Amino acid sequence: MKSGSNLEKVLKSGQFAVTGELGPPKNADAEVIRTKARFLKGCVDAVNITDCQTAIVRMSSIASSVILMEEGLEPVTQMTCRDRNRIAIQSDLLGASALGMKNLLCLTGDHHKFGNHPNAVGVFDMDSVQLLQMVKNMRDDKVFQCGEELKGTEPKFFLGAAANPFADPFEFRALRLAKKVVAGAQFVQTQLVYNLEKFTAWMQAVRDLGVHEQCYIMAGVTPPKSIGMAKYMKNNVPGLDVPDEVIARLKGAKDAKKDVREEGINICVDIINQVKEIEGVAGVHIMAIEWESAVPEIAKRAGLLPRPSVS
Amino acid sequence: MIVGERKPIQEIVGMLKGMKKILILGCGGCVSVCSAGGEKEVEILASILRIDRKKGGEPIETVEKTLTRQCDTEYLEGLKDEAGNYDAILSMACGVGVNYLADMYPKTPVLPALNTSFMGVSEEQGVWSERCAGCGDCVLDRTGGLCPIARCSKRLLNGPCGGSQNGKCEISPNVACVWQLIYDRLKGLNQLEKLKDIFPVKDWSSSLHGGPRKIVREDLKL
Amino acid sequence: MNDVNQPDIVAFCCHYTAYACSQDLQNLPRLGFPENVRLEILPCSGRISITRLLKAFEQGADGVYVAGCWEDTCHNIRGSQIAKKRVDYVKDVLAQLNIKPERVEMYMISREPNRGFIEVAKEMTERIKRLGPSPLKGK
Ligand code: SF4
Ligand code: SF4
Repeated sequence: MKSGSNLEKVLKSGQFAVTGELGPPKNADAEVIRTKARFLKGCVDAVNITDCQTAIVRMSSIASSVILMEEGLEPVTQMTCRDRNRIAIQSDLLGASALGMKNLLCLTGDHHKFGNHPNAVGVFDMDSVQLLQMVKNMRDDKVFQCGEELKGTEPKFFLGAAANPFADPFEFRALRLAKKVVAGAQFVQTQLVYNLEKFTAWMQAVRDLGVHEQCYIMAGVTPPKSIGMAKYMKNNVPGLDVPDEVIARLKGAKDAKKDVREEGINICVDIINQVKEIEGVAGVHIMAIEWESAVPEIAKRAGLLPRPSVS
Repeated sequence: MIVGERKPIQEIVGMLKGMKKILILGCGGCVSVCSAGGEKEVEILASILRIDRKKGGEPIETVEKTLTRQCDTEYLEGLKDEAGNYDAILSMACGVGVNYLADMYPKTPVLPALNTSFMGVSEEQGVWSERCAGCGDCVLDRTGGLCPIARCSKRLLNGPCGGSQNGKCEISPNVACVWQLIYDRLKGLNQLEKLKDIFPVKDWSSSLHGGPRKIVREDLKL
Repeated sequence: MNDVNQPDIVAFCCHYTAYACSQDLQNLPRLGFPENVRLEILPCSGRISITRLLKAFEQGADGVYVAGCWEDTCHNIRGSQIAKKRVDYVKDVLAQLNIKPERVEMYMISREPNRGFIEVAKEMTERIKRLGPSPLKGK
């Protein structure tokens, strides 16, 4: 056990894990986090707290994680390489660990071009693979990136990474994940899965490399909230693959005068049920950003409740 | 070569406020080749500035000159006798030339007429693009000769990131993902195993981040 | 020529265009070619330089235009297209200097012996009359 986090325990115990996601507010209101947290409580094993996702200034992921913990939930604190160099990252991680955070998701970060400060300098002192390696070394070898010994208490994180099975070149995607695992990733959350065929093929490649036995793979899912959102994801989000059938299903619901959101939840539940059957999938990561209230319903219908209590 | 681009006219006009006599100084090096600051461009800019001043009823005297290079002591020294005659020297060289002029002529204001953009190639007539960021510690032997520092939007050394799609970078459908290019090229060269190892964190001290850089070659010094 | 009714216009004109439109340049005024338009003949409109266009303004022209051949009839194939790009450049410069970009124009005219050559001179004269004298005038 590297960190003893709840998420690590659930995964280790072999149970199908569930994580949620929470985007901190674009202001200093702690209540926003508390409200969203209450929707997720009891439905997930841990909650990702994004780090200025899409490069929009939000409450820091570490500060938001503290508030989440006060609500009795466990954070998966996200850390990107976009806004901090190795000095700031290591410093922040010492702090995060001291504050009780046990899960860390290491990302390169979205480019800031589409954020609200496109004129900022993009730091990118290192990339996600190197970040994983650095934090692993801090934890396991008690050394800073520079090689200097980390005296005293080291940060103990259960280390996570992201993987996008739908990005190009497809043949390299499983290999890149393998690199992340070598670097230190213990669990992986994937990009949103809509294209099951491609996801299945990717999982096959992952299994061929034996990577599924070296880390826990959690499939990313999100309920499409509207036809517009599904189309937007399809056309405007790089690295996201939304097949036409998904959009057709939502349209069908609309034409039949049914609730499109309801159909979105159905789609999400169907995907969860399908990925569950794939060998090597250890859990799901439900990203219902700005629709946290949908998570309990999804978890319930997908038979993911109650969440195990492990110790 | 170093690729530059003339600044917007009004920005240059603003720098020259109140001045009566300036030297517009072109450079026969890179910026000449990329049609940003050579003899022809000096002539054009001089005319533009005179038109503007004439229109405002405050004519300006422009002296036009183009040196072989502005990054060499030898050529800049040639201005010794006249540098003091101008309210400013408006350099159409890259930033290197502007700096060097400022280093050499402490009493004469020196102004940049160009934005120095990048080190790149001339893909075709009128099109230039970046290739090297001068990081001081070249990694091209490991990336099939294609630079992830200058050409990957996130300077990834272990790319491609999850935003790479259809050969394009996540920042724009008009930008090629260099990591896709690296992958394709290494594949073509039968060197894909180069991508298996983790590329360690880069030492940026040799780049812009390590303070001003300098090279001294004792073998060449006089 | 500070008379608003007599704008000072410089026309850079391709030898081929001019020749085809009027075999006898001396006779132009008789054919109705406005007297306020000063004609400068170039071997090809593609030879016009940005500097020459700008200098014409510097020297007090109220309007400047280039007349070249239709794109597909250009003797030097791309000459008039090149000229158009340079005119566009100068238009942009003028705009940045808060001078009406319409003061400079590229005309592509047919090489068939018709009146296009004279028409554009007249049109430009009318246009510049509307715009008034160059803001550089009298300064
Ligand atoms: S690795 Fe550095 S030196 Fe080599 S091409 Fe890229 S920026 Fe230039
Ligand atoms: S898409 Fe390619 S070029 Fe763009 S940031 Fe990612 S790896 Fe770099």
